[in-house]
Amino acid sequence: MKETFIKTEELSFSYQAQTENEKIPAVKNLSVEITSGEYVAILGHNGSGKSTFAKLLNLILEPVSGKLFVDGKERTGELTEAELLELRRSVGMVFQNPDNQLVATLVEEDVAFGPENLGYPREELRTRVDEALATVGMTEYKDYEPHKLSGGQKQRVAIAGVLAMKPRCIIFDESTAMLDPSGRQEVLSTIRRLNREEGITIINITHYMNEAAEADRILVINDGELLLDGTPDEVFSKRDLLLSVGLEVPQSAELVFRLKEAGIDLPTDALSSPEKCAEAIAKAYFAQCKGGRGNG
Amino acid sequence: MRGMTLGQYYPGTSPIHRLDPRAKIILGILAIVCSFLCKTLFSFCLLEALVLLLVILSGIPPKLLIRALRPVLFILLFTSLVNIFMTRGKNLLFEYGIFHIYEEGLWNALFMILRITSLILMTSIFLTYTTTPIALTDGLEQLLSPLKKLHIPVHDFAMMITIAMRFIPTLAEETERIMNAQRARGVNFSTGGLIKRVRSLIPILIPLFVSAFNRAFDLANAMECRCYHGGEGRTRLKVLRYNVWDFVAILLLIGVGVGLVFANRLTFGGSIL
Repeated sequence: MKETFIKTEELSFSYQAQTENEKIPAVKNLSVEITSGEYVAILGHNGSGKSTFAKLLNLILEPVSGKLFVDGKERTGELTEAELLELRRSVGMVFQNPDNQLVATLVEEDVAFGPENLGYPREELRTRVDEALATVGMTEYKDYEPHKLSGGQKQRVAIAGVLAMKPRCIIFDESTAMLDPSGRQEVLSTIRRLNREEGITIINITHYMNEAAEADRILVINDGELLLDGTPDEVFSKRDLLLSVGLEVPQSAELVFRLKEAGIDLPTDALSSPEKCAEAIAKAYFAQCKGGRGNG
Repeated sequence: MRGMTLGQYYPGTSPIHRLDPRAKIILGILAIVCSFLCKTLFSFCLLEALVLLLVILSGIPPKLLIRALRPVLFILLFTSLVNIFMTRGKNLLFEYGIFHIYEEGLWNALFMILRITSLILMTSIFLTYTTTPIALTDGLEQLLSPLKKLHIPVHDFAMMITIAMRFIPTLAEETERIMNAQRARGVNFSTGGLIKRVRSLIPILIPLFVSAFNRAFDLANAMECRCYHGGEGRTRLKVLRYNVWDFVAILLLIGVGVGLVFANRLTFGGSIL
């Protein structure tokens, strides 16, 4: 049994409406537990509060009510600056637009930005930057200017910038949404490697079903509330519920559901990857063949 | 736009490229002082020799350097005309109606041209051509860091300049994209009078500002996530270090300045020469 890394208790947040004193609730009493080393995807349509929820986890936004525990310590309430910095060091975040999160004019200086802020001595900075760039495979670009890189490369630099702070957990806030398919693959395989090889807890906020299918666990957030929590197999078996909140299942799973609707008897409890879907269809096909032979 | 590099930096490894940016800022200031010290043709000759030496040392193609002079061409022309026609001296060379041209006026014009051109050439060799903008900002920050004691936010200013430089190419790309989008809707940017052209900029500026603000919010979040909390307790990956040559260069240029003062006193036959 692995230890809990992030735990929220009844966490809520509301945005100030622009005109009146009215408040718009974005996250409503969310209680979630994420264990160390887990790969969690958070699904939700636009405006569901999933990004807001993520920003609460490293206190970029301050919750209105509820409690946040990270690494066993309560992080809500009065925090000293050192505690806040420690929280942000251990829970890093990569955003959607790669252009808006790179600070420095050279790749390696940008990667050094986080550790520089934390005040590490220069030799330490050097090793951290070199290691982080090597982990994301961008070492040869260390003297480049960020605007000369592709979207996927920029996003990998942004990941390196977070990695250089040696975080325990990285939150990806729709980090692949603005990338082309090859850039998306670059980032996704980096995320996978960080989770498997470095043991970093991953929280990937996305609205791509295929991306969510890669996670160990999916949280579906709708209207600021937790709608579903389970493995990809469990979540994708509830297609109608997902459709009702503006989400869909991966295309291969959709195919299985359509076949089922057409009257073919198919299992729908394990549809998180195209392989599993193909397996389900193949099983049904052979079952029917056998049945056919039995009759004849 | 994608291939655009910032400033006029000319990559290289010349002795001037290798000087510390702080030293180069000081050298740039000394170069300005030197060009104002010159008063006689002889000292100007020395100054031009220095400029020539710097051009050769820096290894920057003269073509590029001439480009640096282009923006001041008008000022050069204007000041020399003013000098030629307005200077009153003893030696009248030419007279036509209200126009009087004296020998002193011609000399003044020549000196002014030499002074401005060598000033610009030397500062651009020391600063813009051989130093990257980011190194220049770093140099300026560290050179001015004693002012932190007077509660002047030196780090914050340097950070702002760095971020501004980081976003110039991004915003340039964005501007082009917006212009293309507006062109596709039939906006014409290249014809019409001044007022019409300025007006056609409005549909570019508004989306550009909106997106710049959004970028600023995003960047602020990203910086907070990466533990930014001002300049206090911040270390740097790259720290500037003076070496012997920086001091040698500064001393040499001070020497040149002193030499120029003495050169001004040398008179050949009592004339301005």
